[in-house]
Amino acid sequence: MSCRPTPAQTVGPFLSLGLAWPDGPYVVDPAAPGAVRIGGRLFDGNGDPVGDGLIETWQADAGGRFPDPGSAGAASGPTGFRGFGRCLTDATGGWEIVTVKPAPLPAPDGATEAPHLDVSIFARGLLHRLVTRIYFPDEGEANATDPVLRALPDDAARATLLARAADGGYRIDIHLQGPHETVFFIL
Amino acid sequence: MTDRVGLSPSADDTDTHPPYAWADYGSTRLRAPHRPLVALPQNLTEVTGPLLGAERVGERDHDLTRQHTGEPLGQRIIVQGRVLDGDGRPIPDTLVEVWQANAAGRYHHAGDERTTAPLDPNFSGAGRTMTDGAGRYRFVTVRPGAYPWKNHHNAWRPAHVHFSVFGRAFAQRLVTQMYFPDDPLFPYDPILASVPEPARPRLIARFDLASTEPDWALGFQWDIVLRGRRATPFESPSS
Repeated sequence: MSCRPTPAQTVGPFLSLGLAWPDGPYVVDPAAPGAVRIGGRLFDGNGDPVGDGLIETWQADAGGRFPDPGSAGAASGPTGFRGFGRCLTDATGGWEIVTVKPAPLPAPDGATEAPHLDVSIFARGLLHRLVTRIYFPDEGEANATDPVLRALPDDAARATLLARAADGGYRIDIHLQGPHETVFFIL
Repeated sequence: MTDRVGLSPSADDTDTHPPYAWADYGSTRLRAPHRPLVALPQNLTEVTGPLLGAERVGERDHDLTRQHTGEPLGQRIIVQGRVLDGDGRPIPDTLVEVWQANAAGRYHHAGDERTTAPLDPNFSGAGRTMTDGAGRYRFVTVRPGAYPWKNHHNAWRPAHVHFSVFGRAFAQRLVTQMYFPDDPLFPYDPILASVPEPARPRLIARFDLASTEPDWALGFQWDIVLRGRRATPFESPSS
């Protein structure tokens, strides 16, 4: 039996009613070893902040494990790693999660993916989620051989996915349009 | 080896999802990306997904008519169905979140100043539940009203309930809207019209007498289909 997929629709302006979680930003307990803040701002094509958006993240832990239903408990432990983060953007377009830096991951054909987070962006005006990735600035060697980064057309495109170290954590701005438009993926 | 899922190629989604740029929906103008999207391979991060357990769901979270001291006004309805993958397999134990306007067409949200319709002190308009072992979900709520918005002159959204579903993998994540059958506003709604025409009926629930409860509530049936699975591309490091 084959079913046709259900189409996506926008979250609209009142997404916080259904999607706000008080513990959303805490992928790990802030007191967990290695806990780090990753955040940034979301901008539209005018360079104005998107204050009614939602950022979701998904990632492996520092050992390369996912809290996946198929590998029950694999990554649960003293850090309470959830793998999943969710944060509404505020009036400045700002969002932030507390997590651990993920490990590199094996990819097909013997390749290795550099440490990264997968990111979904939802907002009024986005008829379907946007998907992007966050990479780390202190992983130059791993980034240089990452198959996803290598497949991008140029360094300017790669740079849109690269966080910068700041305030003991990492910051990255996401631009929906404009000269600094972030690279978005189709899955 | 774990029961890790792979997702069917995105070609399956052709003619399913709306484009990002849709001129008739004004909010896309400054938000739809201009550059072409880049294909992302389905590696470990894409074929895994969060395990968000039942501890997140309260006893009355699935019943939007019982979250306050009194009952909300409006037509009481039951909305139920299954969450399936593209091969028709049910997805059990996955989180489903909903939000909606009240029966008068007003959201319980400080930002909803588009309408003079009244708030209902007995209706917050948000719910969540987990699918059961057969992938089934069930909400009790009131039928939301249509509401005006500022997209164009005399713009009204057809009545709808927002749905958020996780499935088993990052690649399956879906947020969408469920509509009610035979809404006269369908031909005028740019958000529904952004979906390729053959796929639009998949967003519309059907009235279901079998799940209608005598003297109590009308039943609507709506299945949500996420992307299908394919063989695992490679072994995971923890397997």
